[in-house]
Amino acid sequence: MRCHVIESIAQAGSGHPGGSLSSADIVALLYGHVLEIRPDDTHWSNRDRFVLAKGHAAPLLYAALAMRDFFEPSELSSLRKLGSRLQGHPDCKSTPGVEASTGSLGQGLSIGVGMALAGQMDDGEWGVYVLLGDGELQEGQVWEAAMAAAHYKLANLVAIIDYNGLQIDGPIREVLSPEPLDDKWRAFGWYVQEVDGHDFCQLDQAIRNAQSASLPAVIIAHTIKGKGVDFMEGECDWHGKAPSMEQCHDALQQIRGQKGAL
Amino acid sequence: MSHFEATRDAYGRALVELGERYENMVVLDADLSGSTRTAKFAEKYPDRFFNLGIAEQNLMNTAAGLALSGKIPFVSTFAIFATGRAWEQVRNTIAYPALPVKIVASHAGLTVGEDGSSHQALEDIALMRVIPNMSVVVPKDGPETVNVLRAIIETPGPVYVRLGRAKVPSLSQPDDQFELGRGEALAEGDDIAFIACGIMVGKALEARKVLQREGISARVINMASIKPLDEDLVIRAAEECGAIVTAEEHTILGGLGGAVSECVTAMHPVPVQRVGVNDRFGQSGGADELLLHYGLSVEGLVEAAGRALDLKGLNT
Repeated sequence: MRCHVIESIAQAGSGHPGGSLSSADIVALLYGHVLEIRPDDTHWSNRDRFVLAKGHAAPLLYAALAMRDFFEPSELSSLRKLGSRLQGHPDCKSTPGVEASTGSLGQGLSIGVGMALAGQMDDGEWGVYVLLGDGELQEGQVWEAAMAAAHYKLANLVAIIDYNGLQIDGPIREVLSPEPLDDKWRAFGWYVQEVDGHDFCQLDQAIRNAQSASLPAVIIAHTIKGKGVDFMEGECDWHGKAPSMEQCHDALQQIRGQKGAL
Repeated sequence: MSHFEATRDAYGRALVELGERYENMVVLDADLSGSTRTAKFAEKYPDRFFNLGIAEQNLMNTAAGLALSGKIPFVSTFAIFATGRAWEQVRNTIAYPALPVKIVASHAGLTVGEDGSSHQALEDIALMRVIPNMSVVVPKDGPETVNVLRAIIETPGPVYVRLGRAKVPSLSQPDDQFELGRGEALAEGDDIAFIACGIMVGKALEARKVLQREGISARVINMASIKPLDEDLVIRAAEECGAIVTAEEHTILGGLGGAVSECVTAMHPVPVQRVGVNDRFGQSGGADELLLHYGLSVEGLVEAAGRALDLKGLNT
C-alpha cells in the first residue's frame, strides 16, 4: 500500500506523501480487517462508513480502495490528472467507495457525526470511522463536532487521530500545540485510548474497545510522518511534495525490503 | 384586506406537513429554533430534530453526513450564519458533492430590524448563487414558501431558501405552483419590466400602479427562483419592454440584479437598474423605516424606472 502511495504521488508530480505514510497502518487495518464493505455494492445500506477527514491523504485511501477491488490498481496512476476519478482530495461523487468529499480540514468529524446520527436513528449495526490529522485539531469545528457527538451519545462513532506531530510549518507543538490532547477529548466526553499507530495489535485492540464503548471513542495513534521511507521520516518537507523518480525508486526499494511491509 | 404572514411562519407550517409525508426528512437548527420556526417540527417529531447548538459549521456538515446516509436534511438558522459563517462548509461538503441538503435560512435582509447590521444578511443570495450545484429561492410570501418547500424536497441537489422575519402580505393565489427555474409574470406591461423577489414583489406591484397613472405600462415579474434563473422570461421582458428594474432586499451586487444583468447583457442588452442596498451595511431601526431609508420603497422603484426609461430613450 505504501508503494502505491509513493508511486502514484511520484507519477502525479504532486501530493502528500508524509501524512499518507503515517496513516498507512491505520488505513490498512481498517480496510483489511475492520470495515464491512461491499466493493460490488458500494451503497449497501449496512456498510461501515469511513471518512478521511485528513483528505490530503487521498493517495492512501485510493490505494486501500484499489486493493479492496473498488477499482483496478492500474487506475492509481491517474491520480491528480485531468479528467481522473482520483481527485487530489477525495470526491465521493467520482470515486467508488469514497464516502464523503473531504480535503478542507476540520469538516470530516462533523460529517461522521451526521452519519452516526443517521445510524442511531435507523438502529443500524454499522459504525462510522473518521481519520483526522493532528494539525486538523486546530480547527475549531472539530471541537464543535466533538461536543455534538458526546451530547448525542454517538457510541457508533470512532475517531482516529494520526498524531505524527508535524504540520506544514513545523512541529505541531511549536506551531500551535493541541496538548493536553487526551485530557481535552476526555473533557469533551469521549472514551480515549492512546496507541502506537504502527502497531497492528495495539490498533486492533483499541478499535475493538472503541466498538464496545458506550461513548464516542477516540484513538490517539502516535505515528511517524513519512513512515517507511528513511529520507521522509520525521521531515516536515515531505508533507506535500512529490518524490523525484530517483527518490521514488529508492523509497520503493526501502519499503519492499521491510519485513511485513504494506 | 390581505392576509399577512411571515415566510418563516409558513416554513414552520410546511415542515410539519412534509414531516408526515417524508419519513426520511430531518431538521437541524443552531439554537434558533424558536425564531426559525423549526420548533414546530421539533415538537411533533422530536426524534427527527437535532439542535446542534451555536455551532453553524458543524451544523452544515452534520447535515451533509445525514444526507450521505439517506436522509433529507432541512437546515435552519439565520441567513447571516448559514451563508456567511458556514460558507465554506456549504461549498465544499454540501454543494461539491451535490447533496440534497435544504438550507432554509430566516432573518434575511434589512427587515430583521432592530438587531442591526450584524444580523442583517444582505449578501446571502450572492454568496449562495456563486456556488455550483446550488439553487437559490426567495419566496415572496407565506403561501409561496409552502409551495417552494413542497417543490424542493425531492430536488436531488442542495437548495438555499431565503426567508424573512417580518410579516408580509400574501399575494399568492390558491392555485399557484412553484417550479425551480420558473418565474411568474404577475402583471402585464410593455414599457418597462420590474423583476423582483421576496418582499419587493409587493412593492413592485404598487410602483406599477403609480407608473400607470403616468401612462407607463409596467410588467411585474416575481422571480423567486434566482438560480436557476428563468432566462426565457427575463429575455422576453428585455425584448418586449426594452428596460428592466430589478428589486431585492439585498445588496445590488451579485444577487437578483446581478443575475438578471448577466442574463440580459449576454442575450439581449437593454438598460437594467438595480434597486437594493447600495453596497452598504445595514443598521438598527424599524423594518419599514429601514426599507425607506435604504430606498427599498415604491418611490425608489418609481425613480429607478424613470432612470431606466431615460436610458431606454437614449438607446432608441
